[in-house]
Amino acid sequence: MNERFYVSAPPHIKTKYDARYMMRQVTIALIPPTIAGIVIFGFRAFLILIISILSSILWQRLVLLLKGERRVLDGSEVVTGILLALNLSPLVPWWMPIIGTFVAIVLAKELFGGLGFNIFNPALIARAFLLVSWPMEMTTWMFPYIGINQATPLSGITQATPLTLLKLQHTYTPYINLFLGNRGGCIGETSVLALLIGAGYLFFKGVIDWKIPIPYVITVGVLAIVFRQDPLFHMMAGGLILGAFFMATDYTTTPITKLGRIVFGISCGVITILIRLFGGYPEGVSFSILFMNAMTPLLDRWTIPKPFGYKTLGRNA
Amino acid sequence: MSELLSEFQYNTLLDYKRKKCIILEDLLQEVNKDMVFRFLGGLRIEEHKELTESQPILDFPIPKRVVIPLKQHTGAVLEPLVKKGDMVKIGDKIGDSKAFVSSPVHASISGKVTSIETHPIPTGEVVPSIIIESTEEDPIEEIVTENRRWEELKREEIISIVRESGIVGLGGAAFPTSVKLSPPEGTSIDTVILNGAECEPFLTCDHRLMLESPDEVIIGLQIIMKVVGAKQGIIGIEDNKKDAIEVLTNRAKNYRDIKVVSLPTRYPQGSEKHLIKSLLNREVPSGKLPLNVGVVVNNVQTAYSITNAVCKGVPLISRVITVSGDGIEKPSNLRVRIGTQFKDILEYVGLKKETKKVISGGPMTGFSQWTLEVPVIKGTSGIIALTKIEEEIYPCLRCAKCVDACPMGLLPLELGNLAEQKRFDDAQRLYALDCIECGSCAYICPSRRPLVHLIRFAKAEINKKRRR
Repeated sequence: MNERFYVSAPPHIKTKYDARYMMRQVTIALIPPTIAGIVIFGFRAFLILIISILSSILWQRLVLLLKGERRVLDGSEVVTGILLALNLSPLVPWWMPIIGTFVAIVLAKELFGGLGFNIFNPALIARAFLLVSWPMEMTTWMFPYIGINQATPLSGITQATPLTLLKLQHTYTPYINLFLGNRGGCIGETSVLALLIGAGYLFFKGVIDWKIPIPYVITVGVLAIVFRQDPLFHMMAGGLILGAFFMATDYTTTPITKLGRIVFGISCGVITILIRLFGGYPEGVSFSILFMNAMTPLLDRWTIPKPFGYKTLGRNA
Repeated sequence: MSELLSEFQYNTLLDYKRKKCIILEDLLQEVNKDMVFRFLGGLRIEEHKELTESQPILDFPIPKRVVIPLKQHTGAVLEPLVKKGDMVKIGDKIGDSKAFVSSPVHASISGKVTSIETHPIPTGEVVPSIIIESTEEDPIEEIVTENRRWEELKREEIISIVRESGIVGLGGAAFPTSVKLSPPEGTSIDTVILNGAECEPFLTCDHRLMLESPDEVIIGLQIIMKVVGAKQGIIGIEDNKKDAIEVLTNRAKNYRDIKVVSLPTRYPQGSEKHLIKSLLNREVPSGKLPLNVGVVVNNVQTAYSITNAVCKGVPLISRVITVSGDGIEKPSNLRVRIGTQFKDILEYVGLKKETKKVISGGPMTGFSQWTLEVPVIKGTSGIIALTKIEEEIYPCLRCAKCVDACPMGLLPLELGNLAEQKRFDDAQRLYALDCIECGSCAYICPSRRPLVHLIRFAKAEINKKRRR
């Protein structure tokens, strides 16, 4: 009889859903918005996506090489690469995703200690970096290829996003265009339908929970009503759905307590609306999430839950 | 009023009133019966109970050699009452102590005491143990039984029988039952709960016992209720054991004060605190015991042993265990003598070569073994052999799945990190001592971090500091 056994603390069985599985699920959930982006914006969007994913993997491998770690890639760099591409205009120069993924992977993630230790959402930091470095390129939008109702449907002629239209010309884009994605914007943010399919998948698989995205979206809607704006428009326009379900749900950079997560979602909603209506930028989703990322440790500290057995302590003890 | 009414009318009215009361009471009971409260957190885990749940309990052959450790319970180490070379008969008391929190041990086979030496036990400790070897080639043994009616025994008599029979909690913690049955002055117990949840994966011994010996379980519950003066008894069973619920519900129909409640299958439903929360919606305050909320909880197998001890005079010399896991050729439910060594049992059921881990108890809270010399002790609920071990560990992603899963409402990932950084004061401030070590956090962790291990470390260090 074999007399050599492994000895360890319990539990001796573990879930088969490990970190790699989680990352794989997120990647699968990003397929519908990615396909939608390619359908809407064509080959250019596809190119940006491929460059972004490949450079992301490259940077990650390089960092691991420099660090001398023999860790296997966990799949998070693919997610970061896709997310960054989805957050870029299809008209950005081809080299921009490479710089973006460098900022995301090397500066925002690995320099802080790697997966699990970064403070800010890597893809959003990269987007913010690119936005302040190349404001022109980052805010030049193109017409969608499908369902075009303008006279000159050629790429190269730029088109404003629905939120810019609202800010500058006070015109609302029709709901159906917002919902299906027939509008100007970043590669992955336009089709609400595709994003919701991906988000639904993540809910179904238990990868994300409702406590951040739902309060986020609802807060934006409610505040839109408060400020006499169209709530449905604000909930579907810009990068809100992409941000709320795929960026604000990032594990590492959001609170761990249940209450903290709800507060995080609501605060993101408040900041988003404030930037959209009163700020200099037409869109506030990425900055609101980045700002709340910085608040995460504080939120965690403020919302430490009272454990089981403390509710009755006041009376019984 | 009676003057105005005829005798007939008056009686009818009384009858009506009485009936109404009974109907109301029944209604209330109906309502209460299905009322199960939800505790926070918890998990659904893969159960693997199908391996053994339809296997009747088999009597394991009487071993040639048993190892009876002098500390199988929570409490003081016992003094041996025999010495090397003594002949002992099955059922003889061979170790005892004067300490209040202790429980004597008995010879589980007849034979000769060959040695008293330190021996490893499944909990990882090494304790003085009495080793008995049977002298005959083919030991045929029967224990002398007597017939007692528990209804005629006084409270104190029952407690002393339970104590002398060496009965401890058979769910795993092995706390002396006689201590549990004598609550301190001034505490009133209104409810006795029998724990038939058996929420650990793989284990089916309690399930089989409830199916095969429902009467003994119910009598055991009545005995406990009598001793602590409780007015109701509840048997809580997870709804993955439909047949056991049915059998016990049928028996319980004869008693007004006993009910069987089906609980949702959710780990850790069998945790004492969460069982009380589910059944009665009472929260045991931090650092307190169930008796502080008027409840005594016992395992169903403990109740069964109490019946055997009180009615038949059989001390605790055997118990039912589940031997299961993918490393076992013939997964089974076995009734084994206390002191039977793991190697004998595993030889009997067949241990696969590729087994990497042998666990005493359930896989969520059990102890992994380094040697198969260890004996089955009173708290051993099963032997699980696994061929797979944990994969590589990733850094914490802060995904907070452990926070959602923790049935105590703690922040396991923070506690784990603080333990790693040896910041024990901070861990204490985050309620590390309230952890019940159920393993939910470490089970669900996608990075496979050893959270229970880390929190235990923190708890041990905090307690060390406290004692100083």
